[in-house]
Amino acid sequence: MIETTIKSIIHHHASDPTRLLDILLDLQNQFGYLSAETITQTADLLDIPVTRVQGVVAFYNFLYAKPVGRYRILLSNCIIDTMHGALAVMDQFCQQLGIKPDQLRSDGKVSIAETSCSGFCDQGPAALINGVAIASLNSQRIASIVNLIENDTPLKDWPAELFQRPDNIQLPGYLLKQAITPGSAISSLLSRGTQATLDEIEQSALRGCGGAGFPTASKWRYCRDAEARQHYVVCNADEGEPGTFKDRVLLNQFADQMFEGMTICARIIGARQGFVYLRGEYLYLKDKLQQIIDERTANHWLGNDIAGVTGFDFEIKIRLGAGAYICGEESALLESLEGKRGIPRIRPPFPVTHGYLNQPTVVNNVETFATAAKIALEGSQPFNQQGTANSPGSRLLSVAGDCTHPGIYEYPFGTRIDQILDDCRAENTLCVQIGGPSGTMIAEADFHRHISFEDLPTGGSFIVFNGTRDPLEIAGNFVAFFAHENCGFCTPCRVGTTLMKNTLSKINSGSGSQDDIAELHQLCELISKNSHCGLGQTAPNPVMDTLACFAERYQAKVNNRTFTPDIDLEAALQEARQLTGRDDPAAHLDQFNE
Amino acid sequence: MKTNSISIDGQQITFREGQTIIQAALEAGIYIPYLCYHPDFEAHGSCKVCTVRVNGSHCSACTTFASDGQVVDNHCEDLNSSRRAITQMLFVEGNHLCPSCEKSGDCELQALGYYLKLFGSHFPHLFPHREVDATHPHILLDRDRCIFCELCVRASREVDQKNVFAISGRGIDSELVVNSPSGTLLDSGLDVNDKAAHVCPVGAILIKNQAFQVPIGQRKYDKNRIDDADLIEVKHDHIDS
Amino acid sequence: MTTSTAKINIATTSLAGCFGCHMSLLDIDERIQDLAEVAVFDRSPFTDIKHCNQSDIGLIEGGVCNAENVHVLREFRKQCNILIAVGACAINGGIPALRNNIPLKECLEESYIDGLGVVNPQIPNDPELPLILDKVYPIHEIVKIDYSLPGCPPSADAICAFITDLLAGREPTLPDELIHYD
Repeated sequence: MIETTIKSIIHHHASDPTRLLDILLDLQNQFGYLSAETITQTADLLDIPVTRVQGVVAFYNFLYAKPVGRYRILLSNCIIDTMHGALAVMDQFCQQLGIKPDQLRSDGKVSIAETSCSGFCDQGPAALINGVAIASLNSQRIASIVNLIENDTPLKDWPAELFQRPDNIQLPGYLLKQAITPGSAISSLLSRGTQATLDEIEQSALRGCGGAGFPTASKWRYCRDAEARQHYVVCNADEGEPGTFKDRVLLNQFADQMFEGMTICARIIGARQGFVYLRGEYLYLKDKLQQIIDERTANHWLGNDIAGVTGFDFEIKIRLGAGAYICGEESALLESLEGKRGIPRIRPPFPVTHGYLNQPTVVNNVETFATAAKIALEGSQPFNQQGTANSPGSRLLSVAGDCTHPGIYEYPFGTRIDQILDDCRAENTLCVQIGGPSGTMIAEADFHRHISFEDLPTGGSFIVFNGTRDPLEIAGNFVAFFAHENCGFCTPCRVGTTLMKNTLSKINSGSGSQDDIAELHQLCELISKNSHCGLGQTAPNPVMDTLACFAERYQAKVNNRTFTPDIDLEAALQEARQLTGRDDPAAHLDQFNE
Repeated sequence: MKTNSISIDGQQITFREGQTIIQAALEAGIYIPYLCYHPDFEAHGSCKVCTVRVNGSHCSACTTFASDGQVVDNHCEDLNSSRRAITQMLFVEGNHLCPSCEKSGDCELQALGYYLKLFGSHFPHLFPHREVDATHPHILLDRDRCIFCELCVRASREVDQKNVFAISGRGIDSELVVNSPSGTLLDSGLDVNDKAAHVCPVGAILIKNQAFQVPIGQRKYDKNRIDDADLIEVKHDHIDS
Repeated sequence: MTTSTAKINIATTSLAGCFGCHMSLLDIDERIQDLAEVAVFDRSPFTDIKHCNQSDIGLIEGGVCNAENVHVLREFRKQCNILIAVGACAINGGIPALRNNIPLKECLEESYIDGLGVVNPQIPNDPELPLILDKVYPIHEIVKIDYSLPGCPPSADAICAFITDLLAGREPTLPDELIHYD
């Protein structure tokens, strides 16, 4: 019986090992978790080593090798959700459901755990329940969720108001003011010509919106010029940088335009196959996106002979991620798309020549494709008449944190930070994290700086912290994120992020010393210079920035101590005290020996 | 004009098209420290011990191709100090208790520590809990000593064509796993003559019953420093081919 | 080099170790006479002095496995200008750290309750006994150390070379052939 189910699910995915993630997600939906037996049979049926399946299951946060609750609650531990009370939410759920984090309730009904930023920072605290996002958690909503769970109400029958997730577009600009009419950019492409369209995108000087900012036209041209059997277009919809949620809004309102951008790219580079790699947290958007693909296919904007042009064939498939920040890195994404652990590849070669299945592949972000479609339709001028000389165009910011009006703001490049803070009604701002934990933290002295590739580049995350926040605790949250999300491939990042997390947590707990501060400096240098990919190279940023901006706060926490033990001595004696029943003075140790 | 030469610490060496910096260097008799690199396998670039500075930026010598005119820094205090710290990270990440390890003296991690004059661990030890697999009659797998170089993974895949080993998990919780119904080496098909059984640079994969055939004090790195030992091997390989 | 009137004070101790490093120190043989010319031993198993006085060099063998080890180590740190972790156990816990993967409860039960030949089984709880830590820790995690001298034990030559450097006011190091972790 189990075997038949596994067979049919694998068959449904064409027995294709590159679709391992989809297969495992489906199997998990069926069985609740992925038992050793399921894993072995899957490996057998796909004719791949069982270790590959195991490895994938253990790599992704949303795949479980052990039983989890029929209702699984994952609470976002993003710094913003934490500021919005995620810890209290966790307590309330645990108390009302009678569970503890990371433990399955004895009746097997429910389990709860933390997850990295789920992309609802403008309406946190947020959770994923059986993979579906629920935002704006408060006591009342928690109570009704607990009630629904205890009454065994299937998720699909939960009241719709629980699933309301407003887009909160606060300031539309070039891109957000109006979506293009579906098909219109394809018509422009066909009338203007493929080369001329690429030239137009080149003219626009559009740069990738995921953060790295590589010129889009160059990427497309390199890919087009790489000779190969197949070319691929991949849309990176895996925005996992804590604090960012603008791609969620684009996917909700501008998916048609994004698909159109992918189609234009496909025409230019000669691809017949495209993928949207959708982060697992946005599972709830999958059906809607598929529906748009189906409509576009029905309207001949996808499929064979697009817009009646013989040989203009392009199809788009949606592939779901499974909870791994590293898969936002384009080569890790490609590995994941091939059904593997998301380990960033050695670069060069780059995806433009050796991408998906080793074929030339364009990987661009949601915003980039949506913008490219608009440029193809309207020409480069409306786009690049705003912005700065080196950073033409506009940028979507996901603004959240300590401000009255969180949400999506579209700004021309060159907009000053203090302007943005005014617009979102931030008061008493201590510091702003630009571009998420891997980006830059700036304090008040730098609020005159501006969003641009030449000054403060960003993939869209904009987190505001007011004077009541502790920047070192913020850095601690960010570093814990990197220690949790790094892939484990290279030594400096795998070990270094954990050492950095432990050292900072030692300082934050009040047991740190001058030596620990010096150690942080050295670790930052080591990790940033020696790591394999962008994750490791940027993971020390929160520590380096806080060391630079808030040196005095570090000093205050270490309280002039030059050296302190790395271990908690009292805790190290706790077990022996219990086993011996001793509590005499000699059964205790003073942490600081002062 | 193309000269196919690069400079390493001021010394001009020539390279052949398609060679990585480490390949060109070793062939020219210049040692660049490494752990996960192996001339028989595809470059991996994970240990980061071979990090050099090429025209001012840090990169792995084992994955970066040599190209005309590169100026490479290799033996300088800052790079060696990073290498020392990376090696220390590997020591504190696992449970490397040399006096109780029969690989001692033949261990590349240890020998690298000697070479870099690494006297202490510096970092706090993580003391992870990892499983030992002693099920195989001839081969022992002690995960406490695994450094994730994936040489066994590559050897089993590329040479033995068995895929016996793989890395599972993520981040600091990564682990070396065995491809077999029981998850142990016993029914993995790993043969004592397989390349994968012999390629481990540390004491994680050991052939049983050979522990002290060569006494401590007379082993490979007791006699030669790792740079000399490796350069001698490169020379032999060169002559053999 | 110091004059004979102002000898260097050297203190040594073994925490969770086997005294092998001390044996190795004695293995310097006749060189101990040269050492005696310039140095005297303060607290040390060689002298049986119970508490460490102000010393120039402290040599610590062994890791930290119980509360008493912490106190002794702290006394050494306080009294010694230069503190050296000598040998594998002081540096990374060494052989005693093999217990770090076994829960303390199991260790104690095996020794004092379930073990072969145990009479009157009970986990010792006399306040006179040092309370045991959950793990065996390297000494650099408890106090700041100045140098590490690796080996199990470091050879007499290595100890000699290291101390000679220190006495000469040089940054101590070891020639390649004397660097060993085993």
